[in-house]
Amino acid sequence: MSQSLSVTITVNEKIYKREVEPRLLLSDFLRHDLGLTGTHVGCEHGVCGACTILFDGESMRSCLIFAVQADGHAITTVEGLAKDKDDLHPIQQAFWEAHGLQCGYCTPGILMTLVPFLKQNPNPTEDEIRHAISGNLCRCTGYQHIVDAVLLAAEKMK
Amino acid sequence: MKPASFEYHVPDSLEQALELVREYGDDAKLLAGGQSLVPAMNFRITQPNVLIDLNRLGELGYIREVDATLRIGAMTRERHLEIDPLISKQTPLLAEAVPFIAHPQIRNRGTIGGSIVNADPAAELPVLMLALNARLKARNVSSERWIDAQDFFAGMFTTTLASDEILVEIELQHIRPRTGWSFMEVAPRAGDYALMGVAVLVTLDEQNKCRQAKLVYLNAGDGPVDAKEAAKLLEGETLNEKLIESVAALASGQEINPFGNMHASPEFQRHLANVLTKKALKQAKKRAEENLQ
Repeated sequence: MSQSLSVTITVNEKIYKREVEPRLLLSDFLRHDLGLTGTHVGCEHGVCGACTILFDGESMRSCLIFAVQADGHAITTVEGLAKDKDDLHPIQQAFWEAHGLQCGYCTPGILMTLVPFLKQNPNPTEDEIRHAISGNLCRCTGYQHIVDAVLLAAEKMK
Repeated sequence: MKPASFEYHVPDSLEQALELVREYGDDAKLLAGGQSLVPAMNFRITQPNVLIDLNRLGELGYIREVDATLRIGAMTRERHLEIDPLISKQTPLLAEAVPFIAHPQIRNRGTIGGSIVNADPAAELPVLMLALNARLKARNVSSERWIDAQDFFAGMFTTTLASDEILVEIELQHIRPRTGWSFMEVAPRAGDYALMGVAVLVTLDEQNKCRQAKLVYLNAGDGPVDAKEAAKLLEGETLNEKLIESVAALASGQEINPFGNMHASPEFQRHLANVLTKKALKQAKKRAEENLQ
């Protein structure tokens, strides 16, 4: 018999109570149990960055955390950034305007990496931006438009 | 689900955690940041029967100054090492090296203690512990002991911790006057495991001759590799081009034992060690000359 544990997790400011098996990854919990499929799953071993979420405000890999470990914590996913499609977060708006995505698979992870980064570094240099997103793989853009989008986002957020 | 199933325990105190490791011993794995353990579990390379999650032990997350040493709790996140002003002031080598550990998202979760106990020969923190002559405090239910870093690493992913012990604290000495440092590594992409890396410390005397030196390599054998013979060559000498050449040749040619991987042959790793040693020694020497205090 596998263990089943009761957890209370705040996701995008909404409180969810669920029963989870300890081995359930936070990424799978968000996607399958809560239906929040904006968090993407790529490599599932911490290399690609597609599953990056905010855990108590800090960017982390949701594929390397068990859902049960989020009990009592606050998670933010990409769904938590914009109220609706006409009211995008400035980073999302900048990605749109600067063509910071093509297929979009890596984008949620990149956005969730950048939210705390731009808070801590409101005037980033290109080098700092490239270091910040070094843990997010993108196979479409060649990164240049992503860097442009981050610089634009930093402008917008001033 | 990716990982195999396991029994999960999440103690609220160190006392409870120590009771659990005594009870389960080798059947259990300790879950610190999980940034190496969880990938291994997702691949099912590792299938522990019992997982003891240490993430509620807030008491093990701290960086403080005690007498002339820094004491760091084993559950301190790598990100905190990166930004804490005490670390950059008292152990600049550590501050310089931490940004090389994986990616920001990994450092937000990964812990100093977890990386040390994992004892991956390609990881930065075991190398730094050896370079900095760290002392590591282990506890079990009834006692505690201090282990010198040089007695802690016992081969590939292996340490001298007993199965009922938990690493709880790391002690580092403040950097000494006239000491310079350097950490350098070469990785295929930023944040990847490095093909080769070196941590260097050099202390100069009043005549700018080398009083003491330390050169420790990552991904250069079955654990962090301390090139003691190369360091001895430096002692009592002036660090000139010729000496630096000989030291780099000895360390890279004889003292390290790299295995090679899909990105680099052992010969290429030795070449990298040679180049990195020369660059790092020069940087450390320059910093030692400037660090008069």
